Amino acid sequence: MSFVPHSEADRQKMLRVIGVSSEEELFADIPEKLRLKGQLDIPPAVSEWEAVRILQELAAASRQLICFAGAGYYDHHAPAVVDHLIRRSEFYTAYTPYQAEVSQGTLQSIYEFQSMVCELTGLDVANASMYDGASAMAEAAMMARAIQKKRDKIVLSITANPHYRQVLDTYNLGLQMPVEIAPRTGSGVTDLDALKKLVDDETAGVIVQSPNFYGLIEDFEAAAGIAHDAGALLIAVVDPISLAILKSPGEAGADIAVAEGQPLGIPLSYGGPVLGLFAARQKHIRQMPGRIVGVTEDLEGKRGFVLTLQTREQHIRREKATSNICTNQGLCALAATIYLSTVGRDGLRRVAEASTQIAHYAYDRIVAETGLEPMFPDSPFFREFALKTKSPARDLIRRAAERGVLAGVALSRFPHIDVDDGLLVAFTEKRSKDDVELLLDVLKEE
Amino acid sequence: MTEKDPRNKTSPLIFERSQPGRRGTAVPEPDVQARPLDQLLPASALRVTPPALPEVPEHDVVRHFTEISLKNHHVDRGFYPLGSCTMKYNPKVNEMTARLPGLVDLHPFQPVSAVQGALKLMWELGEMLNEVSGMDAISLQPAAGAQGEFVGALLFRAYHTAKGDPRKKIIIPDSAHGTNPATVIMAGYEVVTLGSNAEGRMDPAALEAALGDDVAGLMLTNPNTLGKFESEIETIAELVHDAGGLLYMDGANLNALMGITRPGDLGYDIVHINLHKTFSTPHGGGGPGAGPVAVKEQLAPFLPLPILMQNEDGSYALDWERPTSIGKVHGFWGNFGVLVRAYTYMRMLGEGGIAETAKAAVLNNAYVSARLGDTYELPYGRGLHESVFSGAFLKQHGVRTLDVAKRLLDFGIHAPTVYFPLIVAEAIMCEPTETETKQELDRFCDAMLQIAEEAAKDPEFVQGAPYTTPVRRLDEARANRQPDVRFRAD
Repeated sequence: MSFVPHSEADRQKMLRVIGVSSEEELFADIPEKLRLKGQLDIPPAVSEWEAVRILQELAAASRQLICFAGAGYYDHHAPAVVDHLIRRSEFYTAYTPYQAEVSQGTLQSIYEFQSMVCELTGLDVANASMYDGASAMAEAAMMARAIQKKRDKIVLSITANPHYRQVLDTYNLGLQMPVEIAPRTGSGVTDLDALKKLVDDETAGVIVQSPNFYGLIEDFEAAAGIAHDAGALLIAVVDPISLAILKSPGEAGADIAVAEGQPLGIPLSYGGPVLGLFAARQKHIRQMPGRIVGVTEDLEGKRGFVLTLQTREQHIRREKATSNICTNQGLCALAATIYLSTVGRDGLRRVAEASTQIAHYAYDRIVAETGLEPMFPDSPFFREFALKTKSPARDLIRRAAERGVLAGVALSRFPHIDVDDGLLVAFTEKRSKDDVELLLDVLKEE
Repeated sequence: MTEKDPRNKTSPLIFERSQPGRRGTAVPEPDVQARPLDQLLPASALRVTPPALPEVPEHDVVRHFTEISLKNHHVDRGFYPLGSCTMKYNPKVNEMTARLPGLVDLHPFQPVSAVQGALKLMWELGEMLNEVSGMDAISLQPAAGAQGEFVGALLFRAYHTAKGDPRKKIIIPDSAHGTNPATVIMAGYEVVTLGSNAEGRMDPAALEAALGDDVAGLMLTNPNTLGKFESEIETIAELVHDAGGLLYMDGANLNALMGITRPGDLGYDIVHINLHKTFSTPHGGGGPGAGPVAVKEQLAPFLPLPILMQNEDGSYALDWERPTSIGKVHGFWGNFGVLVRAYTYMRMLGEGGIAETAKAAVLNNAYVSARLGDTYELPYGRGLHESVFSGAFLKQHGVRTLDVAKRLLDFGIHAPTVYFPLIVAEAIMCEPTETETKQELDRFCDAMLQIAEEAAKDPEFVQGAPYTTPVRRLDEARANRQPDVRFRAD
């Protein structure tokens, strides 16, 4: 059934006021020969109950697994309060806050969100969010190019998430910024000497991710030094959970920080919707893409919030806009704001520490008991690490899934990395010692 | 202004509710022997000053976000005639299905054997969207309409590059959404803006003059932003195709056409579909949405990676072997949770409900246009699902469209889209959608007519609106002059 509310009497009354005898007349501008002939090949309508049954069947055809997969996407616990509050009609059925006077709830929450992203990243300003971490990184590269005017080269470390690189390549199809890839050392981290050689006076931005794609800690400070010596900007890609205990990109000298915000209370949901975090230095605020909320006053002097700096945006600037993005991931940003408010200063540190503790515990036992070797034993990691596998990691994962365990992510599925295969294993505060035993059982069979 | 209304009191920021040492939730402690952090991680990498996040108990979090939420207008509270935004009712069952275990807790890198249900849902949604749009292939990956547009423009580039030359320009009409020109630039093309004719439509003669072998194609919203069907679309498509170009439809306004006609049958090669408009997924205060892109067969090889495919045994897989693809635009496979909602909605609408929805959307708009058209001018006449009025006649009283918009808020009604499209002076763009009753439409029309009377009798009163909202009119210029975009504890 449709969600049209009219009775036949309503319809007739409305048609009379309009002055036509049927809806058909209202479509007179569409030439007859262009109209759809016959019926759409779409299944007939089902009732709400039948729809639920259909969806339940589809849900049952997927498997829920104990999750050791990461690669930019992590299985953290979201306190119940997060979903409870974002399900308030006031939040989820509102539109973009164009009429500020009746959108103060959304606007205030975005201002709080921006403040939290600034706190996490150690940078001055943040926007209302981007689609995801990958497109945020691509937009950051475009922003560096816009700031640097005469420079357009991007130098990207090979240890960044390869899917992010794919998205950057797509965003760059038209702009055609030269993108050069900095190699890594045998220890799995960016080769800083090689990076230094690639960064020159044509370089607008240098992109380094830490923890990097293999979970290893990179040296942002050294990368910032290299970028700045050549007059380029450092774009840091981060894991927001790690920022509770790891030095912030701002402290380390980065100019722009981006992240996938999904770990902050947003369900896995097969990869979306997610949340791109984006922060920068104060002096670059006018080149920052996306929505920004600012504080102001109403005509009685009361504090209020509005969308601000809109002269950067496409509905005013059209072809001169900083980006074509015209929404944010509003409800996901709200979820992250509620998550960070609920876990708070102490709780986020606990989540980060618990994740790193269980990861290190599992690492030691895997190395000691399974015979599998770590890919990069010399480099410190946060909550994720790569293992060399004897059989293809893809097969291992398929077998483990039969036993209810998602053992990790197969490196063979990614383009643009210089590792043929291996298993990337990730941990969160949800993984217990018992879960690790299950993982060990699976890995011992290899 | 009613001071007693709790919505009208200034709410502290969550940071201003914070007290050192308060905790909101218990985080699981690791059940393994913990080691000092500096044994696990290099001391130089550790953070000395923790991020100054709020410290509040859970109950305060609930009170805080409940309190500020009450300051929002939203579809569940009242009418939202925002033109081009299709603010229809969001069925509640969608929220339930999107949270079903087995859908909400799937990791994007689970092996395809363990996500067959999710892939089947995506496949069937894609088939339904292809059918509604008259297209052959689809990508569900774009996370929003603007990203769908971007994919569309990159498809222009990939198609022409494969033929040897990406070409230089993309034509858009002057009534286009602001994202269109911004998208064209991001895709590395020049924008050619074409004026509309006296009916508010594209003039085929003007188009013909603008076309050439350096033009990659035309982006044309249909119905356009005036709500008008581009009735010369057949000629337009022929002209574009004869010049070797492609025809792209910004599908923001598909709610007017679905089940009545199909973009593919009109000659379009590419269309993006806003699931958060036409297919009822909630707007979430500004996202997440989804902007799938459907195309004709000859463009299928260029669609984003990976492409969903069905194996001979009926199972589903992700195909990454697409050498001519434009690549990825999203870190994963798109806004899956939004796709679940749209799928649920489409199954409930079914074959019959689709055209019924479009007809009622057009009926509702015609009714509003008929009731308001004698007072508010309609420079280009009535549109299909939306009409663009002009508030220019109020200028004689010193009242502007902005004042009308703000005054409407006092009636518990959201303002229409204002000052867009740019080709209508003092534009007031109304899109009622199909889910509003006659009574609600009457309430809106009565309010609009009352405001026109107020403007004539007491313009200052209208200029001072709104009066009953959580805050009065806000000083946007001040926010721009001294940007304060974050809280600082000191």
